[in-house]
Amino acid sequence: MLDPFAVKDCALIAVATGERAHNLRELRDRLETTRPGCIYYHFWGGLLRPSFDDPEYQNDFAVWAYHGLHDRFLAERLALVDPTDFHDLEDLRRELIEIIEERLDENELVPWAAANQQFHFTRSQIVVFDTRTRISKPEELKEQIPQLTVGSVFYHFVDARRRTLSRNDDFSEWLKGFGNSHSELLAQIAAMDPYFKSLTELRSQLGAIFKEYTGK
Amino acid sequence: MTDLLLDRYQEIVGEDVINNLRQLAEPLRGTKVVHVNSTREGGGVAEILDRMIPLKEELGLKPDWEVVVGDAEFYQCTKYMHNTLQGNRFEIPQPLLKRYEQTNQENAEHLRGQLEEADFVFIHDPQPAPLLNLCPGRRGKWIWRCHIDVSRPYRPVWKYLRSLVEPYDASIWSLAEFAQPLRHPLYLIRPSIDPLSEKNEELARSELRDVVERFNLDPDPPIVVQVSRFDRFKDPVGVIQAFRLAKTFTPLQLVLAGGGATDDPEGEEVLAEVRAAAVDEPDIHILVMPPDAHRTINALQRISDIVVQKSTKEGFGLTVTEAMWKGKPVIGGEVGGIRLQVHNHHTGFLVNTPEGAALRIRYLLTHRDKLAEMGRKAQQFVLENFLITRHVREYLTLMLAILRGTEERIELQ
Repeated sequence: MLDPFAVKDCALIAVATGERAHNLRELRDRLETTRPGCIYYHFWGGLLRPSFDDPEYQNDFAVWAYHGLHDRFLAERLALVDPTDFHDLEDLRRELIEIIEERLDENELVPWAAANQQFHFTRSQIVVFDTRTRISKPEELKEQIPQLTVGSVFYHFVDARRRTLSRNDDFSEWLKGFGNSHSELLAQIAAMDPYFKSLTELRSQLGAIFKEYTGK
Repeated sequence: MTDLLLDRYQEIVGEDVINNLRQLAEPLRGTKVVHVNSTREGGGVAEILDRMIPLKEELGLKPDWEVVVGDAEFYQCTKYMHNTLQGNRFEIPQPLLKRYEQTNQENAEHLRGQLEEADFVFIHDPQPAPLLNLCPGRRGKWIWRCHIDVSRPYRPVWKYLRSLVEPYDASIWSLAEFAQPLRHPLYLIRPSIDPLSEKNEELARSELRDVVERFNLDPDPPIVVQVSRFDRFKDPVGVIQAFRLAKTFTPLQLVLAGGGATDDPEGEEVLAEVRAAAVDEPDIHILVMPPDAHRTINALQRISDIVVQKSTKEGFGLTVTEAMWKGKPVIGGEVGGIRLQVHNHHTGFLVNTPEGAALRIRYLLTHRDKLAEMGRKAQQFVLENFLITRHVREYLTLMLAILRGTEERIELQ
């Protein structure tokens, strides 16, 4: 008998490392040595931070390239890096450094940020709550997903990729336990890109997929 | 209505948020926590502590709040410290620093037993920072909470303070920009407001009318309000300049309401400058409030059309949060924590000059639909991000993380 799906919630607490970058070369240098948790936070942490706009650029490095260094070329290149394309954070780190070095090679001068626009390296700690909600049948997810908090969506759909051996979301991992009976649903979830959406958009999309699937 | 605070918060923030708080607090049940600051009344720190202590108590912790007491020289020294840490270049005279150290020693004499026994001690701002070194028998974890903008401090003063705060187990900062490198974890926690406090609770229309009458405000022309201490970093004179510019386009009243805090000796001097700047302008109302005038401040924010917080330096700017919670768009200085709260065209406008503030006042008063829409968004933004329940959640998370020596993950059952 498969264990029921345990719905969790989570929150991040940010911890500054004290490392700062005033210019692009410093960003490159800090990126080489900073902890992997910083890279994770600057790619994914924005999903749980207070904000309004659909971000023009999805990760903090791209945002800083645009607003801090006023380098649109670099901002666009960094923004296109999708962390889900990389096996782990070390691969992602290498990709970022490559892009930055390429930009440094292209420019005669190293771009600088104003004193009040430095890049501040930050990591996070995650606290995971048990909502006590348990789901025993995939059909129940149709009702539950629209009720999930954004913290739950983050935990099961984003954080899961760091936690699980298969680097997959928790819903898919659980559904696989039912054998091949939900392969169509699994394919639809696998096609979702968690990176270019807000958590509320992810929740809506997931909800729609489950609704359509279980409505059949 | 229920007597339990948590039930009352649940009506505002929802069940999930409160359940999470209860889960977090469970492993900390019975933990002795002492907060120490330098004033019981006036200013954002005292207000936060006043509201946080009962909430932590209801969650099963054993919190206490102590205040260090000093004479005029002590407060003069800590005011200089505050100003220099926020960037003013000024050498603090040695005799004042001596008084600062001596005052902390005197306070340590009667606080030592309690602080050394506590599981957690939260020291707020520079005033009580030396206490850690004065409690050699301490057994708990000590956290230094910095509420001010130390992004570009006057280095000699920061160097002095750093030697006092470096030995703490962790520090808390409102923004990453403020955090100075130290050899312990630098937590980033934004402050908060309490929706149930006198300062923020709903008020009856009759109470609002009373306040309009009491301060001889005209019920018709729009009212712009800035609530803050009379402090140069809050730029009250700049607000008056903005008001004069905006008034050339539209009838307008300005209320500058501020209290003094017992740890702020410069207030009188700044107040005199403000009065001089407002001379011959009957539509400027300068209101000096006692530190406990929370309902009056609440009413003034509610009767306003627009709230201004034109600071040139700001830790976080809780008066901005308060105004937004009351559904008011805010025109705020583009500094510190105001930038986290005021999002252009969503919850208000960020400005850098009196001209900028005047321009935005004029815009909002001529686009009433936008003004109302921004006010609604502002309130929702505070509900989701800046209420005391989120603040307590982060404090409890930090305490658990430090107790467990957790690097990245805390799983609650």
